[in-house]
Amino acid sequence: MAVVFERPHGLLNVPTHYCPGCTHGIVHRLVGEVLDELGIEGKTVGVAPVGCAVFAYDYFSCDMIQAPHGRAPAVATGAKRANPDNVVFTYQGDGDIAAIGTAETVHAATRGENITIIFINNAIYGMTGGQMAPTSLPNQVTQTTPYGRDVNTAGYPIRLCEMLQTLDGVALAQRVAVDSVAHVNQAKKAILKGFQNQIDKKGFSIIEVVSTCPTNWGMSPVKALDWLRENMLPYYPLGIYKDGEKGDRLK
Amino acid sequence: MAERFLMKGNEALAEAAIRAGCKHFFGYPITPQTELAAYMSKKMPKIGGTYLQAESEIAAANMVLGAASCGIRAMTSSSSPGISLKTEAISYMAGSDLPCLIINVQRGGPGLGGIQPSQADYWQATKALGHGDFQVIALAPSSVQEMVDLVAKAFELADTYRMPAMILADGMLGQMMEPVEFDDNAEVKKTEKPWATAGHGGKREHNVINSLYMMPQDLENLVNERFARYEVIKQNHQMAEEYLTDDAEIVVVAYGASSRVSHSAVDMARAQGIKAGLIRPITLWPFPTDVLQKAAKTAKAFLTVEMSKGQMVDDVKLAIDCAVPVEFFGRTGGIIPTPDEVLAQIKALAQGGAD
Repeated sequence: MAVVFERPHGLLNVPTHYCPGCTHGIVHRLVGEVLDELGIEGKTVGVAPVGCAVFAYDYFSCDMIQAPHGRAPAVATGAKRANPDNVVFTYQGDGDIAAIGTAETVHAATRGENITIIFINNAIYGMTGGQMAPTSLPNQVTQTTPYGRDVNTAGYPIRLCEMLQTLDGVALAQRVAVDSVAHVNQAKKAILKGFQNQIDKKGFSIIEVVSTCPTNWGMSPVKALDWLRENMLPYYPLGIYKDGEKGDRLK
Repeated sequence: MAERFLMKGNEALAEAAIRAGCKHFFGYPITPQTELAAYMSKKMPKIGGTYLQAESEIAAANMVLGAASCGIRAMTSSSSPGISLKTEAISYMAGSDLPCLIINVQRGGPGLGGIQPSQADYWQATKALGHGDFQVIALAPSSVQEMVDLVAKAFELADTYRMPAMILADGMLGQMMEPVEFDDNAEVKKTEKPWATAGHGGKREHNVINSLYMMPQDLENLVNERFARYEVIKQNHQMAEEYLTDDAEIVVVAYGASSRVSHSAVDMARAQGIKAGLIRPITLWPFPTDVLQKAAKTAKAFLTVEMSKGQMVDDVKLAIDCAVPVEFFGRTGGIIPTPDEVLAQIKALAQGGAD
């Protein structure tokens, strides 16, 4: 019988700790598929963040480094400079990449560091139990914004792709989602391009995946997807913010 | 064949690191270590190496973490306030059993402190270079030549025992010029690193560099394993220089820049008929307890001299279990004690002993 669907070799055959309905699993699978399709698992080094994806080092089949909170782009820079022929990617959440690690993110991007970043934006700190993230929406209720995010005291959400698109070191800045089959297919293509860019030495690529956190949003997985479409996507429009190679200036 | 140069301490550290096979330097500007980074930025592009000026000390140290994970010799350098920022990555590297070299060209503190020489980071280097139960190898040169020699030693010990190593220098050693020799035939000792994350090439299971253990028993076992390694280092790698200690009644203990001053003071004391000697710790961790215990058998008193308010003096007392009085003299804030000041302390102790 023909095999039409199986676990990609890029993912280890282990159960994950992710909550039911969480979209991390889908994005892990897409990265695993890309490692397979490009035939790069053996020369890839992944960098796991601090946050929900902290255990990613146990899930991907390639060599893995676990980084301090927010420092994944710096750790990836060190790994890439050590062995430029390796493919190096980070997998980070919103708090990791856009709060504690903002400097590392911006400067890896502006250096045109030849790495690939997968950024999961679910508008909340998942691992610590649902606190406000830099990407939490205005009025969003979290454990640390119990009356809703008040922009007058807690500030406004960061749109990372829009911010990074202005940097000449960036090759690809694209925002995708995995809430529908069409969007999953689009996300796969973006992740594939992000890794291909690195192989082609085009510079820094970031793929932001707008994601759900049913547990900390306090919703069923299906309801969470609806909430994502109704609230997240208007604030974080999907699309390509920069697509080229390092040195290109945004017109 | 040995090549001889007149070099600044900071430059000598950089050249020695390159000769020790370090081709990856990640740094951030800070006085008084800047010549080290400048030297690297000049040399590295010409030998196919990496000089990377990071966005912060935090990032630079984490770049070292990433590069060291891949099995190569990597380093960073800074001065006191910058070292505080690197402690995050240093703790993670210790917890991930990663070898690397960190250089601290100390200046006065706390806070922004000053930019003049200091030894006020002894506690930080030997007791708490970050959170958690761990040690780093801490080496203290007292001349530009010794800076050269200890860089290779630091990389070797770090690789052998899979842990970060620090060279604890100071602004005086970093800035001063002395003749140095580099051994052209020196062989770089290579260590196999089968744990490195440089791509498995389909030939092995994936490697993971990690410091996270969710089960307390797993974590305790690992920390215990690391501390067993530390015991081996303590037994085999204590280094200290002894000067006129055989018959010394007053034993001065000093490292780095303050040991140079103390050396002069001991000579002056001897000229005045006082039986003074000097023990100069070269390894601050592991602390050279053996030579101190030996000297305590004949000495009447110890005098610890530091460019701080008294930090190493604790370890001297512990090493000899306060068998004889241990006095302290120090200047801080970037002030280097003079030989006359140290001599006055030695004389006071010698007179006290004559009562």
